[in-house]
Amino acid sequence: MTVDINTTYDVQAIRADFPILQRRIGSYPLIYLDNAATSQKPRQVIDALVHYYEFSNANVHRGLHTLAEEATEAYETARAKVARFIGAEPESLVFTRNTTEAINLVAYAWGLANLREGDVVVLSEMEHHSNIVPWQLVARLTGAKLHYVPFTSDGELDSDALEQTLRLEPKLVAITHVSNVLGTVNPVEEITRKAHEAGARVLVDGAQAVPHKPVDVRRIGCDFYAFSGHKMLAPTGIGALYARRELLEQMPPFMGGGSMIRKVTHASSTWADVPTKLEAGTPNIADAVALGAAVDYLQAVGMEAIQQHERQLTEEALRLLDGEEDIEIYGPRNASRRCGLVSFNFKHVHPHDAAQILDQRGIAIRAGHHCCQIIMRKLDVTATARASFYLYNTIEEVRTFWKALDDVRKVFGKHGGR
Amino acid sequence: MVDDELYREIILEHYHHPRFKGALPDASMSAEGMNPLCGDEITLYLKTDGDRIVDVRFDGRGCSISQASASMLTEALRGLTLAEAKRLQERVKAMLTGAPHEPFDEDDDLNALEGVRQYPVRIKCALLAWTTLEELLEAT
Repeated sequence: MTVDINTTYDVQAIRADFPILQRRIGSYPLIYLDNAATSQKPRQVIDALVHYYEFSNANVHRGLHTLAEEATEAYETARAKVARFIGAEPESLVFTRNTTEAINLVAYAWGLANLREGDVVVLSEMEHHSNIVPWQLVARLTGAKLHYVPFTSDGELDSDALEQTLRLEPKLVAITHVSNVLGTVNPVEEITRKAHEAGARVLVDGAQAVPHKPVDVRRIGCDFYAFSGHKMLAPTGIGALYARRELLEQMPPFMGGGSMIRKVTHASSTWADVPTKLEAGTPNIADAVALGAAVDYLQAVGMEAIQQHERQLTEEALRLLDGEEDIEIYGPRNASRRCGLVSFNFKHVHPHDAAQILDQRGIAIRAGHHCCQIIMRKLDVTATARASFYLYNTIEEVRTFWKALDDVRKVFGKHGGR
Repeated sequence: MVDDELYREIILEHYHHPRFKGALPDASMSAEGMNPLCGDEITLYLKTDGDRIVDVRFDGRGCSISQASASMLTEALRGLTLAEAKRLQERVKAMLTGAPHEPFDEDDDLNALEGVRQYPVRIKCALLAWTTLEELLEAT
């Protein structure tokens, strides 16, 4: 694939790089609209994974042989690529399994060392369970208190409520960059500035942001930034935590074991330099290398081009769904205020039933609570349907998806058959 | 094109017109069931006279399969003894999980649930009311 940002976006050339997009589901071509759950992988990423195992596989940071050196070089090159991709130094980037592990790392390593009884941790009501449950667990251990900032009826973070909560002088504000249900893009720069003025550290959950828009952690100014590889064309099992270097240096280790030590005696040990101090045991080398290849791919297409492409798809989806009187859309109506996903419900059909019927047309969408039960309760639903887009989706796919909603009406009736 | 093995007429009919839906204020026992993967919720109410189930209701929110299955349960349990209810619950569970079981009469609505077996993800939906019943009966 060769992509020139200055020419028009060649979605067909991009699609040709993704073998799975050739698949048929029954007699229909696959239309994959579940990208917020996980993305598909291009040939370049799959090749990088295979090449690593077929050519350079060895353990890293130990051994003096050629393969060990090549593996270490490949792993650290990948770290540098991923770090640069979000505007960070390689020493500030810890490889984890995924966003969840990255947030747990902060909760246990930083949280247990810094949170005391009565300390306030601020979350929002639009957090994924992975940015709620670790804090509940650590709050139980430390006696810290959790405060949730609500979102408005338009699916935007309630900025007045945030300001009020900041008066409680929280120790930490942990907030999602992009909501995986509402699609809302939170103003994380502004939130970080205000939180810092109030003396809080800031963690941003970037799982739905890094794959879809340019992200620069220095511009955001946050202390911690977590994201997953599998939502950005890389394999499952690899993710990353960015943290300001001095925080990484101050933090005690998250897990103990090989690699993360400097010296081990009977009684105690000293730690390796960051980020290795926080990567105990043999890391996920191959998937890290593949994540590096995914970053190369995304950069070749261009994150701004991807963002713009997804915005067109989102605008079209919002336009089509907005005209349907039996459908309710959640989150901001303005596509420029959101990332490339649309959650919706039929007023009279459960989203599982809708998703099942769309699957029979080869269309993959998600239905469920999306690991956001707090949002569901607030929207007064148990589940929503969600179509989420990525760089390889086309406007025709969005229209086919919209037309297939008629199949749902055929089974359940225009008004649920009542 | 749209698969009617899953969305059989009887299932849609129960979904659109659930038989005994709503709370039962004078219930002898009740239990809540939830499918944490999808968020479907069911509350089951039984009213007994001695050993016999004289009233049964359900309340809840969920997909057509979970709600239709609950509706069928309320119809099927009415008038049974608790021991008979337990046996019925075991039979339905066996049917849904593909275990050997005594077949239902040809005109029994519960047969419609058998189509769900081809959709492994949806078996839990169909089972929800019945596992809630199982817990309720175990608690007695």
